Amino acid sequence: MEAFNNRNVADNGYFMVDIEDYPTDGWGKFKRVVKRTFRGELFVGLWVVMREMLRFDIHTIQYPQEKMPIGPRYRAVHEMKRLWESDAERCIGCGLCEKICISDCIRMDTKIDENSRKEVSSYTINLGRCIFCGYCAEVCPELAITHGGEYENGSEQREHFIMYEDMLTPIDKMKAGAQLEFEGFGSITPHEDARVKKTPLAY
Amino acid sequence: MDTAYLIETVIKVVVLLLVFSALAGIGTYFERKILAFMQRRLGPMNVGPFGLLQVGADGIKLFTKEDIIPTHVVAPIFKIAPVITAATAFMAAAAIPFLPQFTIFGYTVHPIIADINVGILYVLGVMAVGLFGPMLGGMASANKFSLLSAARAAAVFISYEVVSGLAVLAPIMMVGSLSLVDFNEYQAGGIGSWIVWSQPVAFVLFWIAAFAETGRTPFHLIANDHEIIDGFGTEYSGMRWGLFFIGEYANMFFISFVIPLIFLGGFGDGSVLGAFALLGKMAFFFFFFLWTRAAWPDVRPDQLMWLCWKVLMPLAVINVVITGLVMMF
Repeated sequence: MEAFNNRNVADNGYFMVDIEDYPTDGWGKFKRVVKRTFRGELFVGLWVVMREMLRFDIHTIQYPQEKMPIGPRYRAVHEMKRLWESDAERCIGCGLCEKICISDCIRMDTKIDENSRKEVSSYTINLGRCIFCGYCAEVCPELAITHGGEYENGSEQREHFIMYEDMLTPIDKMKAGAQLEFEGFGSITPHEDARVKKTPLAY
Repeated sequence: MDTAYLIETVIKVVVLLLVFSALAGIGTYFERKILAFMQRRLGPMNVGPFGLLQVGADGIKLFTKEDIIPTHVVAPIFKIAPVITAATAFMAAAAIPFLPQFTIFGYTVHPIIADINVGILYVLGVMAVGLFGPMLGGMASANKFSLLSAARAAAVFISYEVVSGLAVLAPIMMVGSLSLVDFNEYQAGGIGSWIVWSQPVAFVLFWIAAFAETGRTPFHLIANDHEIIDGFGTEYSGMRWGLFFIGEYANMFFISFVIPLIFLGGFGDGSVLGAFALLGKMAFFFFFFLWTRAAWPDVRPDQLMWLCWKVLMPLAVINVVITGLVMMF
């Protein structure tokens, strides 16, 4: 990772390629042909591919059987999280995700439930329109809607809706403590407790 | 011509057709696998163990695909062109001795269909006719890319043919015969008597010309997929395209037999070891076709013509003259 973060190209081993001037006269062209013929560059190419074949360092991932690990910030099909404390749904029905969605694929309806709490009555995402930009997850004040890692969502039709119940963490999974916390943008960074400073009331 | 000879010839023809049609298919499997390994991929893996049945899957696809004759093509020529490529490739094999003669059930079999006294001339000539397939198919296709490919076929045709003819002339002068069996007998005395030691220039020139002949990668400019789609094959579908393919791979196998027969001692003294040696040499030359495809870039048509006319042909002529002088004195 350090090698990628180092943006200083000056001392990174970069050098100018030594390119000769093109020959203009016949004798120069002839010399170039002879040099190229007997320098054996073609055999270098042959050796390189033969070496790779003998080394047999295959980089293929046989996809349906093998899968690449994906990063925690990968933006695949959305998930709806529950609160760790009460197992209740985190979504407060504020509608920000519907408002910010640039491809207009989120539709939600809310109502006031018997506890006078705002409740989501219907919530769908049209995955056929969704461009997985991540704005909904970014704007969510409660970290309720996030992106998950499930990318195998092929469908037979363009309009492929995903419902609120499908995205919501199942209650048994929640009870087992198996809900994966979102680690992408806007989430709480590790060691956050240590970085909290006292409110400057002492002044 | 007695009946036994007739039956034997028919059997040999059938065996050759079957064996090399199958080999052309398996050749595509080897090509995919070897190219994949050289590029750190796995190649076909899913159809059968290690993808071995991929050839069968491809065959089913080719045979059952719709045979499309586009509207504006010159239909008779369009239809006959793939047949020319495939047929001439197999016709050229008639004068190639694939194995030393052997005795089975007290009957001596010569694994050559016709030991004609102009063997090399016949093989090279008929193989050259095979290039009419791409040329006619490309011209009849009513497609600009196919037409480009046809023009390139003509350019390649007149370029490499001179080189291969002149290159093989020097060994012919030394052997004094055009039959490939005579070539083999001339070199039957072991590795020391191989023609490649006395004619290294002719060997290299003929090898280079073989790449142009079969249209393999350094000279893969007739059907250059990444440049002119598939050239002459653009408008073809199904088994007509498959015939072009079989012709190309059969040509590769046959030229891989011809090069060792002319320059590398062939099957030697005719023992079982010699037969396997010929197959091994053939396998090397076939592998080299695939090897270069993974390693080398393509040349432009003008570079190929430049190479053939300005470099290889003078070298071949000088080689012939020097051979003649050495033989005279």
